[in-house]
Amino acid sequence: MKLFEYRAKAVLMKHGIPVPEGFVVTSADQIRRISGPSMVKAQVLIGGRGKAGGIKPADNVEEAKKAAGAIIGMNIKGYIAKEALIERRLEVAKELYLGITIDRSHRCLLLMASPDGGMDIESVPEERILMLPIDPLIGFQPFMSRRVVAFMGLPKEQQPECSRICERLVQLAIQEDAELAEINPLVVTKDGKLVAGDAKVTIDSDALFRHPELEKFEEDLTPLEAKAKRLDIAFVQLDGNIGVIANGAGLTMATLDSINTFGGKAGVFLDLGGTDDPEKVKRAMILMKEANPKVVLLNIFGGITKCDTVAKGVLEAIDEEKIKTPIVARIKGVNEEVAREMLKNAGMIPASGLSEAAELASKESLR
Amino acid sequence: MAVVIDSRTRLIVQGITGYQGQFHAQAMREFGTEVVAGTSPGKGGQTVHDIPVFETVREAVAETHANTSCIFVPAPFCSDAALEAIDAGLKTIVIITEHLPVHDAIHVVSVARARRITVIGPNCPGVAAPGRAKVGILPSKIFKEGDVGVVSKSGTLTYEIVNAISESGHGQSTCVGIGGDRVSGTDFIDILDLFERDKQTKKIALVGEIGGTAEEEAAAHIRTSIKKPVVAYIAGRTAPPGKRMGHAGAIIARGRGTAESKIKALEEAGVKVARLPTDVPSLLNEV
Repeated sequence: MKLFEYRAKAVLMKHGIPVPEGFVVTSADQIRRISGPSMVKAQVLIGGRGKAGGIKPADNVEEAKKAAGAIIGMNIKGYIAKEALIERRLEVAKELYLGITIDRSHRCLLLMASPDGGMDIESVPEERILMLPIDPLIGFQPFMSRRVVAFMGLPKEQQPECSRICERLVQLAIQEDAELAEINPLVVTKDGKLVAGDAKVTIDSDALFRHPELEKFEEDLTPLEAKAKRLDIAFVQLDGNIGVIANGAGLTMATLDSINTFGGKAGVFLDLGGTDDPEKVKRAMILMKEANPKVVLLNIFGGITKCDTVAKGVLEAIDEEKIKTPIVARIKGVNEEVAREMLKNAGMIPASGLSEAAELASKESLR
Repeated sequence: MAVVIDSRTRLIVQGITGYQGQFHAQAMREFGTEVVAGTSPGKGGQTVHDIPVFETVREAVAETHANTSCIFVPAPFCSDAALEAIDAGLKTIVIITEHLPVHDAIHVVSVARARRITVIGPNCPGVAAPGRAKVGILPSKIFKEGDVGVVSKSGTLTYEIVNAISESGHGQSTCVGIGGDRVSGTDFIDILDLFERDKQTKKIALVGEIGGTAEEEAAAHIRTSIKKPVVAYIAGRTAPPGKRMGHAGAIIARGRGTAESKIKALEEAGVKVARLPTDVPSLLNEV
């Protein structure tokens, strides 16, 4: 779950990392006073808002109101800014980069540091980024922060503060279950202080049970994707016209790929996961109906998910929602005979294997 | 021979009193696994299909000389369960549980690897060695004893491919589902090395998917250290970037982790890559 900048900065502050003084508004008239030269920043969960006009300077209340008025409601790459952050402007001497992410290969946290902050870290040349995997059995140690400050090329008087921020950021990632905690830029001000100019924090959505206060925050999902999430269904909207329902992420992806081989194009990725609840299958079918595909391809390899459970849910959805969309059904595994018998009279197009199902659905979609 | 598990496996099922634990304890036993104990805090002294249930893993090990555990407990309690199994001295731990927080996975996996304990998973279907034992939730009916070692990040897609292998007349030496999370206890390279040393395994089928660089790393390892022929299938050729495709790890992030990159790396290492999952058996005939 990605946090808005102002929420990310609140998390930094909680862990003792300096951020600029600021406040959030949902409309321009909420601005009563500002503390000197400020920046007004659109709160959206997408990068590149500066270039899109989502960050404006303001030197007084009138300018701040005008900027906030322009920013709130602004569409930035498809994301509407509902809030604006008004923040004291920093006197920038230097911009650094500091970030923590998951190192999948080393199975640990990875600290990334660069003296070239202020731009997308992807566009920074590799030799200008220090990558420091943190072995969890060693933990973040002073020798590691010494490497960071040396790499950043900071003068002696700024080194202790930078080390402290590194330590705090690692601590934040662990305590808040962050899969990404990024300060970019980490600003060195003209008076020699280190302040987080911008911040991105993404909380591991599997760890939300430890952070109940976060569940109400919104995410960057389409309305249907958000609905699916509430049902614990993995659902991704794509640009084709075949709706794929399968059980298991790999199988669902492989079904998409197989359709492609036969000239079709998937419009929905719907992974039921392992379930033995016909109600969940029914809800998934209704969700699929809302996405309005031309053809539905149901591909089930039953294990934990029993085939007759799927058949029951599908039949109920067809019946209650009067679903007329053609359905290609390929059902294999535990209780498949029962399921096939149940679905036989429901007008579905039966398929015996994955390739055959993909071919039939593709043909139907091109009709 | 088999890898990870074999006929000497003596299994504890952690979370045996839950619906999945009960169902799969029985299914594993029917496959031939010695399921010697279960654990479930608060339910010690009960039995599940005649299998004794203990309060703690330590007691279960003392009473039954178990050496392996299969974990079905819900995600919030999973790291505790895995660490309890490590602390009790078990050598192989298969974590079926999905949605384990990534920081928990990092902790469990680092402790296990430091102690040279094998952790398979989390979020995996487990391991099956046809004719010997099964630890996990893989459907028993699809397997056939043979000489193909299967290693996969997926669950149901593995079943699809194993089924196709069995129907084509080949069989499996061992099938290992390593799981689709970002941090896993065991990766492709670990299992490739085990298959390389395993006498029964003559050919290897590797099933990967988008996200991360494990397939690229496996390709580099195959080039230098694996002599047995390897065929592969990579899921997610048509997945859009930036979207998480069901598995926590299945995401093309900032242009990295694409199927093309993985397929290219594998092909450059001499691996034949199937276009469709059902093409895997015919590739096995060619190598």
